[in-house]
Amino acid sequence: MTIAEAQKRIVEVGVRQVVEEAIARAKVDSKHAVLEVIESRSLARADEIDARLKKGESVGRLAGVPFLAKDNILTFDSKTTASSHMLENFEAPYQATVIEKLEAEGAICIGKTNLDAFAHGGSTENSYFGPTKNVTDDERVAGGSSGGSAVAVAAGIVPFALGSDTGGSIREPASFNGVVGLKPTYGSVSRYGVVAMASSTDVVGPITTTVDDARLILDIIKGVDARDSTTIDILPLEKASKKLRIGVIQQCFGEGVDADVDSVTHQAIETLRSAGHSVEEVDLPTFRHALAVYYIVVPAELTSNLARYDGIKYGMQKDGANLTEVYEASRSAGFMDENKRRILIGNYVLSSGYYDAYYRKAQTVRTLIINEFNEAFKQHDVLLSPTAPTPAFRLGENTDDPLQMYLADMMTVPPSLAGVSAISVPAGESVSGLPIGIQFVAPMRRDDIVLNMAETWEELYAKR
Amino acid sequence: MTTISLDDVRKLASLSALQINDDEAAKLQTELQNILKFVEQLNAVDTTGVEPTYQVTGLENVWRDDEIIDYGLSREALLKNTPNTQDGQIKVKRVLA
Repeated sequence: MTIAEAQKRIVEVGVRQVVEEAIARAKVDSKHAVLEVIESRSLARADEIDARLKKGESVGRLAGVPFLAKDNILTFDSKTTASSHMLENFEAPYQATVIEKLEAEGAICIGKTNLDAFAHGGSTENSYFGPTKNVTDDERVAGGSSGGSAVAVAAGIVPFALGSDTGGSIREPASFNGVVGLKPTYGSVSRYGVVAMASSTDVVGPITTTVDDARLILDIIKGVDARDSTTIDILPLEKASKKLRIGVIQQCFGEGVDADVDSVTHQAIETLRSAGHSVEEVDLPTFRHALAVYYIVVPAELTSNLARYDGIKYGMQKDGANLTEVYEASRSAGFMDENKRRILIGNYVLSSGYYDAYYRKAQTVRTLIINEFNEAFKQHDVLLSPTAPTPAFRLGENTDDPLQMYLADMMTVPPSLAGVSAISVPAGESVSGLPIGIQFVAPMRRDDIVLNMAETWEELYAKR
Repeated sequence: MTTISLDDVRKLASLSALQINDDEAAKLQTELQNILKFVEQLNAVDTTGVEPTYQVTGLENVWRDDEIIDYGLSREALLKNTPNTQDGQIKVKRVLA
């Protein structure tokens, strides 16, 4: 379902009915994409918007359109659990800026979606509430960490959902479920009211069924926010249809890349070339080290961000003989295995004696990765790669092997470390019918290029 | 290559304010060892003369006027999620023994 389709239905039957229908779909969701439905507030807002529309008032660009938000984004009249035991009963006293901005345009947040606890994971299997299933196959993962948002959109529960992306958490599940997932430029979208994971790469973005819908949502949620001092402005998201110079990242092919993913990507390359775009190979030698950088930098940042969960101010509290034991008991019960693993890694690489060898070294290699992107963008408008090395894997396939799980992020992590804009768009299927996406990457603040390239691709793919 | 002992894992857990049992410690020892082995590939990357990047936007100190902004949040609303309160304050166990 596109946003335009939802708006057409609103004209026909009114906001109330469209919201009731979306809520009904969310309630029978067999994929476990939705954690909680926000019913009374949604219906009250629907009635209010219906009344305003009847009076001929201008309500906004998303008047009455229902959506879902990943459950690490603070919303009123619901819990915000981050899919964790720690925040199982947390009720936010304020809403995230992104929610406020969407509501100001008339959109209605009808509920919250599943994720890996605290967004740590690439399959949504680390959720305290159990995994979300892939939209095409109940035996396979949704991807993650925004798995619930991707499946909810792919299953047609809502026309769009919000996710967050730290190293691929919007793009990889979008690829696994055949929808569009946009990771905007780092800093372009406010994170006020979003549960922090890794502060130097976390960004909020939309999951939609079309590129045009992703453009609209980013246009609404972007912008400098006085409540988030890390926000920056990006260029206007103007539409332009022109021939582009596309660089294909060589490091994203070969060993470890599924044959169907390889063939879908090469078909896309041929289609783009036939349409008159220049397509050349581009070499980013340090790209292959990005995952190693990521698994130092991100644990270091998240261990600091998760230090706030001490069982005292909010979240789970377990009793102990003294204050230290209260901290330890609360954190041990509230965090999942993957959370603990990453906390320990983070504290290890930050500890005295190891800081230079791991953390500083990783941030230095990060500079090389950024430099290589900058060089590539001198010759190419946009870069192309698969989104993920494989289609959706089986539930449980990688849960005993954290490193294998991390490899799913090998192509999405480098743009995250560089802060550039990136999108995953559907490009085909595996032989067995699983969705496969490709990724386009453009420089920081040039989300317009990423969107225009993806939209051009979307049109070519529809015609093919 | 760096090796991690069981004692290292226990010390790390303690520094992280996490309690782990012997089984968890043994499992984490293997997992952390594997992850560290994986990331040590970075030692092979020549970074001579390269500066680290800690944040990518280049923003420096972002200032605002020193004025109180009313976010419309009451003390009661902010303490709603606090497990243990008394008289509008957060209650903790004795800090100094």
